Amino acid sequence: MGIGIRIENLRKVYNSPPPSAARGAGFSFTPQRSPKEKGKKKFEVVALDGVSFEIRGGEIFGLLGPNGAGKSTTIGVLTTRTRPTAGRAFIGEFDVWQEQVKAKRLIGVVPQRPNLDFALTAREILIFHGAYFGMTAKERARRSDELLDRFKLTDRADQNVRSYSGGMMQRLSIARAMMHDPQVLFLDEPSAGLDPQTRLLLWEIIREYNRQGKTIVLTTHYMDEADALCEHLAIIDHGHIIAQGAPAELKSSIPGGYLLRLKFDRAPGELANELRQLAGVTEVRADDKPEADVYADRGGPLIGPIASAVQARGFELRDVHIAEPSLETLFLHHTGRSLRD
Amino acid sequence: MNWKTFYAMLQRDGHVARRNLLPMLMQNLLQPLLLTFVFGRVLTSSGMMRFDYKNVLLPGVMAISMVLSGIQAVAMPLITELQFTKEIEDRLLAPMQNHWVAVEKIVAGMVQALVSGLVVIPAAWLLMGSGVHINLDNVGLFAAICLLVALFSSAGGLALGCSIGQTQIGLMFSLVVAPMMMFGCAYYTWGSLAAVSKVLQYAVLVNPLVYASEGLRGALVPQVPHIPPLAVVCALIAMDLSVLVLGLTKFRQKTIG
Repeated sequence: MGIGIRIENLRKVYNSPPPSAARGAGFSFTPQRSPKEKGKKKFEVVALDGVSFEIRGGEIFGLLGPNGAGKSTTIGVLTTRTRPTAGRAFIGEFDVWQEQVKAKRLIGVVPQRPNLDFALTAREILIFHGAYFGMTAKERARRSDELLDRFKLTDRADQNVRSYSGGMMQRLSIARAMMHDPQVLFLDEPSAGLDPQTRLLLWEIIREYNRQGKTIVLTTHYMDEADALCEHLAIIDHGHIIAQGAPAELKSSIPGGYLLRLKFDRAPGELANELRQLAGVTEVRADDKPEADVYADRGGPLIGPIASAVQARGFELRDVHIAEPSLETLFLHHTGRSLRD
Repeated sequence: MNWKTFYAMLQRDGHVARRNLLPMLMQNLLQPLLLTFVFGRVLTSSGMMRFDYKNVLLPGVMAISMVLSGIQAVAMPLITELQFTKEIEDRLLAPMQNHWVAVEKIVAGMVQALVSGLVVIPAAWLLMGSGVHINLDNVGLFAAICLLVALFSSAGGLALGCSIGQTQIGLMFSLVVAPMMMFGCAYYTWGSLAAVSKVLQYAVLVNPLVYASEGLRGALVPQVPHIPPLAVVCALIAMDLSVLVLGLTKFRQKTIG
């Protein structure tokens, strides 16, 4: 049985912009003033606000959420790189912050952006990484050859990694994280920037590694990736876990399953009530914007009835978008925003 | 403490340093050696400077090359490694406490500083020709000064490397390194400053290079006037401890989110 992970009531407040956010890494933290210090102009970002979850040993677990939701901070805390403001995190039996060295022995980390040692060649990166983890020279040589081959990097193994393309660097980062055969593998946005073919290779490698009993934790904002790979998911937004469970379970929790996003020429008002009466509709969300979200057990067949109701009330239907049951719909249901908003 | 990991990182730094050996030596040694040639050979042979000036110059040049190469060996790679790409992350994730990564960088920097310092002695000797009288009676003192200067330069490199960004490297050289070299008593003795200004003479005492130059003078050419070795050793220990604490603190702040 693999190594499990537990997070208890984790909280992280940044007092200065997180290093990656400050340089425009696609983070979208909004600084807020803390209520106590209204007078002072104090920068404060709550990246995680009371996050708790448990990952069973040997499973593939996904953290899904938009940019700036707190995914990377969670990974940062779990991999000893970020000090939690409050709460605790455990890898197996080890408290990550208190017993860093023991925790570090168990984990391999693939960062969001490759952080390869630019002074070395690909092979040297793997070999020195193995040495940091106390592997013997023979083991290192064997394992590095194996990984270079697996990740299709053998041809350019002895070149400095400065000349590598983004995709090659990403593959090498993953190979490096696997070099010391860690019990838990963290992948932060592993398929960002990979071409579809490499992405499939990556999925296959992740599944294969998992079959050896290793625990895999990945973050992603691709629903299909979470859906295809993960046994359990936690959906995170603004530092809170808003839903967790198996992908199928989560999807079945969406009322009806289908989501129809409608746009009108003006705010729907009473039209919303009328839409609620239509057959198959489970929920309608509308406010004073000229749009409405209709949750229903069917998609296309509802268009006709909706169009008639809209016309009868003298509205103009400007746009219709049908979303099939997916994690995107789930995210929308919980947050009212699209994952990419 | 995990010595295997520590040793593996030293090996990594050694591997990279060996690969860059020639450019590194050129970068750190060329300028001081050219100065040695001009001041120690041309000006002395032509009679524009006194012949025994060579003895003043040699320890100074050695101090400069040690301090420069220690600072550069640690600060330059560190600035790159701490950038947005966070190249250093693979070492921070190795099974060893984070501050040992910083200590390892200091040790590797010290080795480079010592190598650069020791290379200067035969090189300067060759360039200056006859007339250099080294009295290495007190080997213990020489070794202690060398180690303290090397520690200062590489711990200083750690502190600088964690404090400045890549865009400020040029500024670091013109604002920190250049004045340090000129007011470091490398090309003249500390005592000779009294003739210029007493205020200046005491003001330069904040400059660690002064103790490096004067300390090496005391150890290598004791016949030349110099600050008493005990005072030099005490000052260097105090400076070493403060840059060490500063460097390790900055490193922790820079590497933990």
